[in-house]
Amino acid sequence: MASTSTVTVPAPGKTAWDGGVSPMNASYGKLMMWFFLLSDAFTFSALLITYGLVRSSHNAYEGAVDAFTFSQTYWPIPEKVFDAVPFFHGLNAPLVFVGLMTFILIMSSVTMVLAVEAGHRMDRRAVEKWMLWTIIGGLTFLSCQAWEWTHFIVGTDDGGLLTDGTRFFGANLRINQYGPPDFAAFFFFITGFHGFHVFSGVMLNFLIYYNTVTGVYERRGHYEMVEKVGLYWHFVDLVWVFVFTFFYLV
Amino acid sequence: MAHVEETHQVTVLPPDTAKIKKLWTVAGILAGVTILEFAVAFGVPHEMKDLRIWTFILMTIVKAAYIVGEFMHLRYEAKVLLWSILIPMVFVVWMLVAFVYEGIHIGIARPL
Repeated sequence: MASTSTVTVPAPGKTAWDGGVSPMNASYGKLMMWFFLLSDAFTFSALLITYGLVRSSHNAYEGAVDAFTFSQTYWPIPEKVFDAVPFFHGLNAPLVFVGLMTFILIMSSVTMVLAVEAGHRMDRRAVEKWMLWTIIGGLTFLSCQAWEWTHFIVGTDDGGLLTDGTRFFGANLRINQYGPPDFAAFFFFITGFHGFHVFSGVMLNFLIYYNTVTGVYERRGHYEMVEKVGLYWHFVDLVWVFVFTFFYLV
Repeated sequence: MAHVEETHQVTVLPPDTAKIKKLWTVAGILAGVTILEFAVAFGVPHEMKDLRIWTFILMTIVKAAYIVGEFMHLRYEAKVLLWSILIPMVFVVWMLVAFVYEGIHIGIARPL
């Protein structure tokens, strides 16, 4: 004997479990970008913290700063390593070039946020303009990094004396003229991993620029993709702020 | 739904000057702090190591706060989103302290 019983089911869309609700007041894509960036922050933290561990396990240079010479027995002072500027061979300009790179990346972050602002207003022309500036900023940064790497790998005129008495020029993953082998290894890994993020960012920015020009977002009715890729781009800038401090300044 | 209009009427709003001005202010602050970092790097002698390191760390946190808060707009998101991003960073801070401490002791224990 089947008996009929009445179960009160709320109409669809009435409770939080029926979907259509945005937890944290953000769209799915934006939220996932945030959590991806959180995991990426852990990756970069792991690299920088390992750098901290290895560096603090090495001897620090104790003598007068002016008398500093490269040696494998202590960790180099960064400003003594990164003191060259393109087109000014032999000029001693500590951290000037890397300061310029920092400025370029911060500026491209500003143009990105202006593109996001233009997107909110559905101003396609302005989004195109600011995205293009952001791409140019990214490419300039990458070019600077290419020069920085080349200079680091080729080395200085005088090179550096190794513990076995031989003179070595530049750097590879096993030996370098600047200090302990780990110094160059971390330089390549940390700035390389960041540089690859910048490269991916430029690719994504170009995709967004292309879609803007072809009117994809205008037809879609919103420019949220600009915002999402913008989050990634600012994160790349953020990581550089930390790399700049912990690799070049400290 | 019979036909889709191919000509879209897109209303372009005028630039939000107050917002744009604020963004440039943040950019100015970031540039200013970077210049200040340079002043410390070349003005404060290397012998005052702790002072140098702690000012650099403090300034980096200031810059990070402006980038994440203003550029990435996190300050204006729902508080639950803000905290679910910031609280996990506690692990990073702990890892940093533990590993640097460990590194110092590896240096003491290792014959060079």
